[in-house]
Amino acid sequence: MWYFLMSDAFTFGAFLISYGTIRFSVNHWADPNQVFNAFPFAGHANLPLAFVSLMTFILIFSSVTMVLAVHEGHKMNRRGVEKFMVLTILGGLAFLGCQAWEWTHMITGDHTVLADGVLKTLGTTVTSNPWGIAADPNAVAAALQTTPDANLASIVHSLGHGGDAHAGAAMSRAEMISAIQAANLHVTTPGPIAFGGYFFGITGFHGFHVFSGVIINLVMLIKTRLGHFDERGHYEMIEKAGLYWHFVDLVWVFVFLCFYLV
Amino acid sequence: MSSHTSSPEITHAPEHASGTGRIWKTFWVLSALTAIELGLGYFLYWKHGGLSYGLTLSTKLLIAALTLAKAYYIVSIFMHLGDEIRNMIMTIIVPLMLFFWFIAAFLWDGNSWKVMRNTNAGSKADQTEQHKPAVIDKDAKK
Repeated sequence: MWYFLMSDAFTFGAFLISYGTIRFSVNHWADPNQVFNAFPFAGHANLPLAFVSLMTFILIFSSVTMVLAVHEGHKMNRRGVEKFMVLTILGGLAFLGCQAWEWTHMITGDHTVLADGVLKTLGTTVTSNPWGIAADPNAVAAALQTTPDANLASIVHSLGHGGDAHAGAAMSRAEMISAIQAANLHVTTPGPIAFGGYFFGITGFHGFHVFSGVIINLVMLIKTRLGHFDERGHYEMIEKAGLYWHFVDLVWVFVFLCFYLV
Repeated sequence: MSSHTSSPEITHAPEHASGTGRIWKTFWVLSALTAIELGLGYFLYWKHGGLSYGLTLSTKLLIAALTLAKAYYIVSIFMHLGDEIRNMIMTIIVPLMLFFWFIAAFLWDGNSWKVMRNTNAGSKADQTEQHKPAVIDKDAKK
């Protein structure tokens, strides 16, 4: 198991180092405090780092319940193992739920950017990155006049007036332009496309590890309930599943560092 | 994964430090380290742009060092690697030391690409306009 984990560490390490290399090679990279500042049900409140800290604590806590399950296994206490395995699985699912929300928010969250002389909204995906440098305000003011109506409507929509999806549709062009001017948007230019690819690629690869960990833990829970480990006389499989689960937590510690903190 | 009754993979002494005190202590240590990292992260955020290059870099290096400390606690206590026999530990840790070289070499490479791009491979002076303070990044992986 340890040697498998070592090889996996090299895979993650290679991804993260590749990310670091590309990040070092460009003049401007996305500022994590700008990108990751949202929290569920908090609307447009600026809460940098808050949600990802919650995810980090969820994963640390599920690591603790996992090690407690292993501990109960050493004492051959089946009920204890079951209890802590259930808690660990719940922690894993909570983490995956958080990640699903975060991804959805990033992909669908529209940000106004200045590109090719017009304004448009961009989400953060593997092919678009709205987190470039701040656009020149004069260029933005000029571009506003030449931006097509459809783009204006989606910018007005992204302002989130009343949450009405068709808020922009009923407005005239002049109304939309004045609404955008009044909103005093922080307009940027598109950033390096690599950002989305690395972010979704690496957190996705990690998320897939979490997902497989949840499946492995579920199998172990079922085997525990069926009494397989009592028959066998030891709970060593729980220990191996635990090693994998801690490794997932370990990788997150580094992902947290590389994408969110620095 | 195998299902033998005797398990060659277990290489540590059968007697663990009993009691869950050590586990919870590690949990609090990890939480505290994460809280300090967050504190430093917020420090960088509030001071955004107001810090010198050196101070920003040292703060980020400090955060990376705290991350390595967290990794040590997870691997050593939660994963019980600290309880394994010494030779086993060495077969895992020594190959991972390669990462020190990888990180240094590749980040150096990345920086070199940036300089090449900005100077047109050395044929003109670097006139890159910095709209924002340079985003310095420290990538650490054990």
